[in-house]
Amino acid sequence: MIKILRALLILPLALLPLFSHAGGGGDVRLEKVKIDLTDKESLQRGAKWFTNYCMGCHSAKFSRYERVADDLDIPHDAMMENLVFADKKIGELMDIAMPTELGKKWFGAAPPDLTLVARARNPDWLYTYLKTFYVDETRPLGVNNIVFPDVGMPHAMLELQGLQTCAKKDPDSGKCLEVEHVEGTGELTVAEYDQAVTDMVNFMEYIAEPIALERQELGKSVLIYILILFIVCWFLNREYWKGIH
Amino acid sequence: MSKAIDLLLDVRDWIDDRLPIMRAWDTHMGKYYAPKNFNFWYFFGVLSLVVLVNQLLTGVWLTMMYEPSAERAFASVEYIMRDVDYGWLIRYMHSTGASAFFAVVYLHMFRGILYGSYKKPRELVWVFGMLIYVALMAEGFLGYVLPWGQMSYWGAQVIVSLFGAIPIIGEDLVQWIRGDYLISGITLNRFFALHVVAVPIVLLGLVVLHLLALHEVGSNNPDGIEIKENKDENGIPKDGVPFHPYYTVHDLVGVSVFLFVFCSIIFFAPEMGGYFIEHANFEEANSLKTPEHIAPVWYYTPYYAMLRAVTIPFFGLDAKFWGFVVMAGAVAILFVLPWLDRSPVKSWRYKGRLTKAAIFIFVATFLTLGYLGAIPASGTFLGVDRAKMAAILTIVYFAFFLLMPIYTKIEKTHAVPERVTGL
Repeated sequence: MIKILRALLILPLALLPLFSHAGGGGDVRLEKVKIDLTDKESLQRGAKWFTNYCMGCHSAKFSRYERVADDLDIPHDAMMENLVFADKKIGELMDIAMPTELGKKWFGAAPPDLTLVARARNPDWLYTYLKTFYVDETRPLGVNNIVFPDVGMPHAMLELQGLQTCAKKDPDSGKCLEVEHVEGTGELTVAEYDQAVTDMVNFMEYIAEPIALERQELGKSVLIYILILFIVCWFLNREYWKGIH
Repeated sequence: MSKAIDLLLDVRDWIDDRLPIMRAWDTHMGKYYAPKNFNFWYFFGVLSLVVLVNQLLTGVWLTMMYEPSAERAFASVEYIMRDVDYGWLIRYMHSTGASAFFAVVYLHMFRGILYGSYKKPRELVWVFGMLIYVALMAEGFLGYVLPWGQMSYWGAQVIVSLFGAIPIIGEDLVQWIRGDYLISGITLNRFFALHVVAVPIVLLGLVVLHLLALHEVGSNNPDGIEIKENKDENGIPKDGVPFHPYYTVHDLVGVSVFLFVFCSIIFFAPEMGGYFIEHANFEEANSLKTPEHIAPVWYYTPYYAMLRAVTIPFFGLDAKFWGFVVMAGAVAILFVLPWLDRSPVKSWRYKGRLTKAAIFIFVATFLTLGYLGAIPASGTFLGVDRAKMAAILTIVYFAFFLLMPIYTKIEKTHAVPERVTGL
């Protein structure tokens, strides 16, 4: 009986991850993105895309340029030359000059800070979002998005991806379900664009929690230490309790 | 060498003449006789202490870097996570510690229910424990507001507004709690004061009382036998062992297992899939943007489900008010548990089938309510309307307590052995 109860108590804990809510996304099927925080080259490319295409409007104001450069093995001078645009010092926060009020006026809503967006949403959401902009003349900026309908953001990487049109609509709600790339548009091929977005999302996952890799690395040592502690305590306990009947 | 030891002994005796440290040690450790048949369930008391110390220490360090203002709170948490050396570790220890605290306390309370540890003569131990639980719920709620994320803000909004359902004084009371017309930096500041000063002092005081009351009457055990009734010629309980060293080394084993689980979460899954740190809390508080789904952290969800389960107004009072009453009642009813149990035996081992079934149903009910409280109120769960299910389970929850005087009295109990078993 006790065993059953114990199992009943532990079971829900084991099931918790299954129930974990994705941070947004609704009922749209999200594409899986391959996150690899050890792939420094991917992260470097991601940093380049991010600073060039996102940071015109979005800040990453909880992160510092220097931390990114050091974590991603980017020399400071290369960082300053290629990834830091405003009149900033390497140790500064990655803030931008656009005032919130102005952003609100231009886009209807101020562009949110992106430092933690990979933790507030999730990488798959970001990946799918950045890949599913499509032409929609009814929107003020001429584009719409599948995972974030009626989004206020323009397609920042339009020149890279090229045009996409809605290929399949939900007959009831009129919502777009699938997009189709317009042949011959965009500087990158479809595969190249997918890679660019993967790199960018990889970088956003990194910047949301720069300590993640080191945390897991340190975690292994900590667990090994506790395991040894457990063995010592186990034998110590056995020794003391030998005479108790 | 021996001179140094003599000196130390002299210092000890000098203090002991003025403050009875030797007597205190004997009363609570060296000559505190605990039943020798403690099992798995008896680790959770000491684990609560371990987590309490963890929360106090990491809390003090977080306070050194955290800034309790609406403008800086969220940024200062990220500053701790990024710019402070090992700040991330201190923060994760604290955030994981909050959930761990409730996990071990829930298991500790369940142990009390299984073995009737609340029954005479341990009623006060239980009541102090319940007060700790209530203080802990307040502490957890106040602390959750401090990172000033979206869920901090809207969670506070939902819970504080509950007081608004109280007739006549409600609205003024809510304003008095918030110190403002809405949740704001003013609220954040006072919650910070309560979280780091007021409630911890109360909590520590209650923990001391809980332990003093326990050590006065002695620990219960899985058989629910009073070991003091069976003493040897020296007046030492035959089934007891001195807490130190026997249970100190025994607890070290439990503590190291706990630390393994605790650190696995800290280092490999600090968000615990959104249950320990909710995803929406990585977005800064915004009073103009309501999240689609507001859910409390997992340890409050059973009560949250009961709060939402009440949807009909009574006597001209809001459903919200009655939901609040039900939620408060669900906690309050635990206080009188010692007087609801009329069984002649303590442990469920020797209670009848009715009690065993009741405990089984109670656990399933509490867990299901917990799950229902974490998901949106509308829709179905296992093919049943969620609102209806929550309402029924709320009734079952209360029935466990309200029917206890009956089922514990009419059922046939088994004979309790003379001496403890299960060694």
